[in-house]
Amino acid sequence: MNLWLLLAINSITFGGLLFLLSAGFSLIFGLMRIPNLTHGSMFMLGAYVGASMVMTFHLPFWIGAAIAALAVAVFGGLIERFLLRRLAGAEQAQVLVTLGISLIVADFCLMVWTGDPISVATPPDLVGGVRFIGVFFPTYRIAIILIACVIGALLWALLDRTRLGAMIRAGVDDPQMARVVGIRVSRLFTIVFCLGAALAGFGGIMGAPILSVYPGLDNDMLPLALVVVILGGTGSLLGSLVGSFVIGFIYNYGQALFPELAYFVLFLPMVVVLVLRPQGLFGKQAP
Amino acid sequence: MTATRIGLLVAAVVLLTVPLWVPGDYYVSVCSQILIYAIFALGVDVLIGYGGLVSLGHAGLFGIASYAVAYTLAAGVGHITAILSGLVLALIGTAIFAALSLRVTGIGFIMITLAIGELMWGLAYRWISVTNGDNGISVAHRPTPFGIALDPPSHFYYATLIVFALSVFATWVFIGSPLGASLKGTRDQPRRMNALGYHVWLIRFCACMFSGLLTAVAGVLFVYYTQFISPQTLTLTASAEPVLMVISGGSGTLLGPIVGAALVEIVKNIASAYITRWNMLLGAIFVAIVIFMPEGLVPGSMRLVRRLLKMRHKAPAPAVEPTSSGPTP
Repeated sequence: MNLWLLLAINSITFGGLLFLLSAGFSLIFGLMRIPNLTHGSMFMLGAYVGASMVMTFHLPFWIGAAIAALAVAVFGGLIERFLLRRLAGAEQAQVLVTLGISLIVADFCLMVWTGDPISVATPPDLVGGVRFIGVFFPTYRIAIILIACVIGALLWALLDRTRLGAMIRAGVDDPQMARVVGIRVSRLFTIVFCLGAALAGFGGIMGAPILSVYPGLDNDMLPLALVVVILGGTGSLLGSLVGSFVIGFIYNYGQALFPELAYFVLFLPMVVVLVLRPQGLFGKQAP
Repeated sequence: MTATRIGLLVAAVVLLTVPLWVPGDYYVSVCSQILIYAIFALGVDVLIGYGGLVSLGHAGLFGIASYAVAYTLAAGVGHITAILSGLVLALIGTAIFAALSLRVTGIGFIMITLAIGELMWGLAYRWISVTNGDNGISVAHRPTPFGIALDPPSHFYYATLIVFALSVFATWVFIGSPLGASLKGTRDQPRRMNALGYHVWLIRFCACMFSGLLTAVAGVLFVYYTQFISPQTLTLTASAEPVLMVISGGSGTLLGPIVGAALVEIVKNIASAYITRWNMLLGAIFVAIVIFMPEGLVPGSMRLVRRLLKMRHKAPAPAVEPTSSGPTP
């Protein structure tokens, strides 16, 4: 009984992390039609930068996390501004360049932070747990869940309630028409790419106390982001939210119940969704 | 097309004499590896270059063939049965792969194939009772066709070369066939092809199967080459490699994937002896290719050569020419 509840908490926590990762991926993909295969690298880069800030420079965790998110956002902005912008519509070149960058980032991280896994200490005020109806809830995990919810709400407010959000939605729905109406879609691209990168980097450092930081984290996370986005539907915030939690649950329960076939179970819902609803649960009809 | 013939002849002579002029067994093995990956990349190019479908999951199909050979050999069957089972299982895998991923095209296809490739990796990594997990499976002996042992690197190289030549020829025939032509049609104008009465999905499916066959052939060769298979062969990076080879060499050409395979394998095996950060070098090369030759090395250098020739023909002509550079639409 207790084990199941613990698994459920872990699932929701992991879902929250996946949401931070996949919301940006989904937005970038939905708006720019770019398969951003550096997204896993951004998660890892954020985790490493944050880990350095917290463990080496002894900065408070949240400041370290903010610096990590900022650093990854700048990195994403540079990639978008100087590389991806030149490749609009050239899908193969986008794949080549994003994979090339992820190779560079992986090697860079290996060079700077070596191959040893780095474990990041949980922020001191979130150590321990809360006892509630006889069950022990780890505080940090609850914090992640709350933060993911808050960020989800903020993103929703941004997209649904602000002028910028309206412009982004217009860009997702019909970039050409948005341009005609006078929206500078290229600037939206940079903003959204930076935002997605920052979310991924922030997710990386948030996940670091749980997942630790190690080489190969990028390739572990990228497919999960893809599955979430395929499941939820591209360009849909609600889709990535629901997809993240579904995958979070399947990932944790799958590993507990069928350790040998954990990945198989993980990718099964994706297959089912693809067969029944290729555009994803909350996606719009494919253009 | 005498230039093509001369080129082919030179290539044949160079490839046939590799064990004679290449310094040492290690480099002969590297050449075998280049050929194996060239077959793999050709298989991926059928989809990318001619079908417009970028697959990031082909290492999964490659892995099925490799694992099937290693597993059946470990179970004690002969080489012919093992090879056949590798090919057949990989083709069955390809059929499922195609049925799932061909529901979408474009970037959706990339993501689905990537996910399927990861799924195969997960199976190889976790399904320990069959795949032996991270420890992998070893293959004790290479086959001895017609009594010739393939254990010496040069023998294995020639066997690989024969399979490679057959694969290139088969791809050439496939591309030139009506099926290949209609595949190009589905890449450029899927709706029009559909309106003309072509079964777009079926054409793509056939292309996937052919691509899967080449991939399986490469997978079988690979497991005999390394005599070992582990989940490492099925990682995302392993799936990305042939795609990178194809796109960097020039997709939609026969020569491009081969050049790309040579480039990647040389950096991986030879430059890595001198540079520790060869992964970074490889990434930088890819980025540079995208910036300077977005259409790939082979078409890009052909364009350069043509431009040089043109400049020499009309020597004093101004160097200004219609800017065809920049991102191709």
